Amino acid sequence: MRPLITALGLIAAWEALVWLTGLPPYILPPPSRVAVVLVQRFDLLVEQAAWTASEMVLGLALGLVLGAALAVVFAASAAWRRWALPLVIVSQAIPVIAIAPLLVLWLGYGMASKVAMAALIIFFPVVSSLYDGLRRTDPGWLELARTMDAPPRAVLLQIRLPAALPAFASGVRIAAAVAPIGAVIGEWVGASAGLGFLMTQSLARGQTPLAFAALTILCLLGLALYTAADRLARRLVPWQPPQGD
Amino acid sequence: MRSAHIVLDGHVVAENLSLDFPGGRTTCLLGRSGVGKTSLLRHLAGLLPGSRATGPVAYMAQRDLLLPWLSVLENVLLGYRLRRDAAARRTAEPRARALLAEVGLADRLHDLPQTLSGGMRQRAALARTLCEDRQIVLMDEPFGHLDAVTRLDLQDLAARLLQNRTVVMVTHDPLEALRLGHEIRVLSGRPFAVGPVIAPPGAVPRDPGDAALLALQARLIGELRSGA
Repeated sequence: MRPLITALGLIAAWEALVWLTGLPPYILPPPSRVAVVLVQRFDLLVEQAAWTASEMVLGLALGLVLGAALAVVFAASAAWRRWALPLVIVSQAIPVIAIAPLLVLWLGYGMASKVAMAALIIFFPVVSSLYDGLRRTDPGWLELARTMDAPPRAVLLQIRLPAALPAFASGVRIAAAVAPIGAVIGEWVGASAGLGFLMTQSLARGQTPLAFAALTILCLLGLALYTAADRLARRLVPWQPPQGD
Repeated sequence: MRSAHIVLDGHVVAENLSLDFPGGRTTCLLGRSGVGKTSLLRHLAGLLPGSRATGPVAYMAQRDLLLPWLSVLENVLLGYRLRRDAAARRTAEPRARALLAEVGLADRLHDLPQTLSGGMRQRAALARTLCEDRQIVLMDEPFGHLDAVTRLDLQDLAARLLQNRTVVMVTHDPLEALRLGHEIRVLSGRPFAVGPVIAPPGAVPRDPGDAALLALQARLIGELRSGA
């Protein structure tokens, strides 16, 4: 409740600022104007939002699946760790944003390049969170399993993997917070649809209120994605009571 | 165990050590913290680098090591789960249930370990150790962090359930050794030496108020103090 009041206060201050300074709407539109555009162009916004949301969700899913698979492979195979793990770490030195134009060049203006961008940007946090979790299994559990003559595969799947899920859950949360950035950057660089595309188009035409309306929807999408991922993350670790709040 | 060398982090814990553990009986290895009891037990369990288990053993550590995502019953059946032997698991399940009933957890079968108290968790761990159904049971201060009364209760329970198994139990508590051990060996020195067999009279679990037992306890404490 309290953060909501803070937000309303900030919006009111913004409205007052525009009103007092007389800034033209193409520089800074007042919230009331954004709200009007939001209602007037609602169909267009929803259409573009559906496109962007698909990119985010697909990118998130792809990044999670590929990242989790690679983390498990690294945990299971010393050869993969030696040959590929350093490469994954070094690949983080490449600014993902810098290769966005390349992805558009290779994968086109459609959805694929944005999905790839979102997947790529979350790939590293996903791999490192799960891999770290897999490495930090309580040694007591591993010794117990050894005295029980457990095969390594069973130890990985039944002890190390579940034990790593709390770490993976925080990776999922980070991924959900970051995936929208990937999708929107992809749309800025080159797209034919989506909220990011709508923003660049409307800013170029001086339709700043529409850009703000798109931004508003984008925020809501990000929030929804994060909430969904947070729910999923909690379901992954039902034995861990939620902390804080 | 014959001519064992136990080295931990470059320190020789024990040299050329040979020990006999009588079959079907409980041997308590008593020593102060840091003497190397746990290393000896881990050596027997095959958990130290270069050591091999003396055969199939069931191992119970000081911590309960229950997996937080498995129910109490599934935790007790962990060995069968890990070995992926469905048939053995099916035959073991009634025994797991019976053991949990014996340790007083019959109504908590499907609860997660986090809902149990410390004493209950350790009882579940005891049931898991016994469910493995191995002739040799190695226990590392299994009741070390429980309160005094709970510890006595669990000792009674363990003495009953461990009957006829070859048990090696490590402890720093002379009273625990005297209550549960058919034989007691005192470990002291660095690298440690193992004292002669002490076989207190009477059946286990012995009464903690017994005068002869208390006299023996005083003697053991004296031995532990001087042997540092």
